[in-house]
Amino acid sequence: MTSSSCRHCGGPLPDGCDDGFCCRGCEGAFALVEGLGLEQYYSRRSVDPAARPLRPDDDAARIHDFSAHVVMDANGGASLNLMVEGLHCGACVWLIESLLNRQPGVTWARVNMTTRRLVLRWRAGETEPGAILAPVLAVGYRAVPFDPERLGDQTQRQEKELLRAMAIAGFAAGNVMLLSVSVWAGHFSYMGPATRDLMHWISALIVLPAVAWCVRPFARSAAAAIRSGRTNMDVPITVGVILASLMSLWETVNSGHYAYFDSAITLLFFLLIGRYLDSRARGRARSAVEHLLALDAGAVTVVEDDGTQRLLPPHKVAAGARVLVAAGERIGVDGVIVDGSSDVDTSLLTGESVPAQVAAGARVFAGTINLSAPLRLEVAAVGERTLLAEIVRMMEAAEQGRARYVALADRISRWYAPVVHVAALATFAGWTLTGGAPWQVALLYAVAVLIITCPCALALAVPVVQVIASGRLLRQGILVKSATALERFAETDRVVFDKTGTLTLGRPELVEDGGWTADDLALAASLALASRHPLARALAAAAPMARLADGVTEHPGLGLEVADTGLRLGSRKFLGIDDDTAAGPELWLAGSARPPVRFAFTDGLRADAAQVVADLKAMGIAVELLSGDRPATVAAVAGQLGIAEWRAACSPAGKCARLAELAAAGARVLMIGDGLNDAPALASAHVSMSPSSAVDVSQTAADVVFQGARLAPVLETLAVARKSRILVKENFMLALGYNIFTVPLAVAGLVTPLIAAIAMSTSSLVVIGNALRLSRRSG
Amino acid sequence: MENLLVLIPVALGLGLVGLIAFLWAMKSGQFDDLDGAAHRILFDDDDQPQRKV
Repeated sequence: MTSSSCRHCGGPLPDGCDDGFCCRGCEGAFALVEGLGLEQYYSRRSVDPAARPLRPDDDAARIHDFSAHVVMDANGGASLNLMVEGLHCGACVWLIESLLNRQPGVTWARVNMTTRRLVLRWRAGETEPGAILAPVLAVGYRAVPFDPERLGDQTQRQEKELLRAMAIAGFAAGNVMLLSVSVWAGHFSYMGPATRDLMHWISALIVLPAVAWCVRPFARSAAAAIRSGRTNMDVPITVGVILASLMSLWETVNSGHYAYFDSAITLLFFLLIGRYLDSRARGRARSAVEHLLALDAGAVTVVEDDGTQRLLPPHKVAAGARVLVAAGERIGVDGVIVDGSSDVDTSLLTGESVPAQVAAGARVFAGTINLSAPLRLEVAAVGERTLLAEIVRMMEAAEQGRARYVALADRISRWYAPVVHVAALATFAGWTLTGGAPWQVALLYAVAVLIITCPCALALAVPVVQVIASGRLLRQGILVKSATALERFAETDRVVFDKTGTLTLGRPELVEDGGWTADDLALAASLALASRHPLARALAAAAPMARLADGVTEHPGLGLEVADTGLRLGSRKFLGIDDDTAAGPELWLAGSARPPVRFAFTDGLRADAAQVVADLKAMGIAVELLSGDRPATVAAVAGQLGIAEWRAACSPAGKCARLAELAAAGARVLMIGDGLNDAPALASAHVSMSPSSAVDVSQTAADVVFQGARLAPVLETLAVARKSRILVKENFMLALGYNIFTVPLAVAGLVTPLIAAIAMSTSSLVVIGNALRLSRRSG
Repeated sequence: MENLLVLIPVALGLGLVGLIAFLWAMKSGQFDDLDGAAHRILFDDDDQPQRKV
């Protein structure tokens, strides 16, 4: 640790700190770790700049209903599955496990670093999950319970099946190749027919069960395609492999010269590798998104008639129920305020960056955040009738309206698969009818055509590029969720941005306009620490070493006050100032003996927003801004970034309409947004992207989710998408070129299993090698 | 040629042992956390960290 970074979280130290900590929370966490004798953690870890810094925040105490997720077993043991956020390296795993293992009653604590999941077991009755996890939360990690049954189970089972099939195919292919090489060598020397038949029989014994097992993933997809009257790449694969195996068996029985056992199983092996990599890359992106969503999912505190409080998931709350929303909590339901007044941050819903004041009788909506004081709500609508549900409906309509995009590989296989079948049939017919060959020989040639054309390279052409592209993006925190997202990205010719939370960071920052001194700031921050209002928190963040002043009371919707000294921090109205020269979000500080001081705030642009917009324009991509915020704010941002086309005060439907208009004009639009109000637009755009700070609905709607405070992932994704489109096309050319060369040989009956094996392996290697060029960063 | 009768079963048997070992490892969760396992080996005192005196 150098002296310029915090001893606990490793973040930069603010000016004027000499004790080595950036904030009080870090100091406390360091003391906790040191007190337990675990300080080796600090020398062992390596801080990952991409991960969330290990800084305990006030949200550590966020209510989580651990009890709902606790699983009890017969022997008095209890277990809990949690997602952990803030893992940097192996040392974090060690620290968490050590912290947990020191708690009395804990019998098992293990963190899976790949999936960032924690399994915790303890003796029920001896301790509480909240108490066990308290030190982990205090050090700065976040842990959220989840239901392992529900999350990613399906994909995982599928992935395991593919891996198992791949292992079996690999085993069979390796061993059969051993035997086949002897047979091929035997063709040129003195292998007797008895030995050759023995080799063929052993091959058959290995390959037939292996093929029967390994062809299932392809057969299922082929059957589904045929049932719906289509044909895809899996149809010729399945037909080819099964025919080749049966034909080879026939040849073996009749002690023929050539058997294609090795081709059939090697083909399956290569294809399964492609499938497995594909599903793994996509599965990892998807599980990362699920991870993000689970960390954000909140429960609703329902107050029963007898005054008891219960935590329920939002969809289980009935209309008319009373719900308590703590300050700082996200509101989970639509409702009417019964009691309390507060400020509500509606930026995710409307794009409006300044919080709205609400009081009893006002309507509030799910997805907004209650900022300054607890509220008691009567639930107005649940399920279908909430604003949220309406937005989801709009989104679904938009998704249906979007023309079903057909992936390049499917478009090619649409005409390629019939061509393959026709070629094989023609070979068979040609040899039996005009060539005068016995039907067994003709069938052998037809099978050779199927195997040669069977799209080993063709089927690898897209997945390998996709795997490498999404792997490269994943390392930079960009999660590609949809299979065709990269293809659609490559076609983009217009980018539409949302403002709040997308171009901007979505949280206010203090402007250093010279109107206040460091003393003013320290004093203001000592009051601001008492509040969760975003402006107060921005102020407190600007003075991290401030301590909370005594006797601060919050007047919801107005500001903060220290009654003894008469010091006040809050809105203009609260302080009774009638100077209205300046606009924008602001806080005023004044006391009985202090002249009023103004703190102005701005929703800061992402650091590289201007650069990204300029680069997009340089790439020949039109840039547009659609926001739900007020025109003055939007105009200012558009002007700052040099975006000529912008619209303000857009409703969700308005955004959708604008996108439909663009699509009708032939534009391929990339929509980037984060709010609930953007979700329908995200679903209706040609391709969409959202930051990981977005609401869950938007992340679900988006094709790509990116993490981090920078906007550069947009450019990176575009670049990788364009590069992979080129590589995919090259790969198709290579695969087809090889087919043009070998298919005539196969039709003429000149292909032996040896030639098939060589051609198949080399073409696959060429395609993979070509795709690997993408993994070079500069490439 | 008789040695083939010994060598082929031996080769297949060894291959099968490998395959079964792999399937067992997969089933028992050995591949569930590749990243974690790579780091875990660096901490030989997971459960009882030594206290510095």
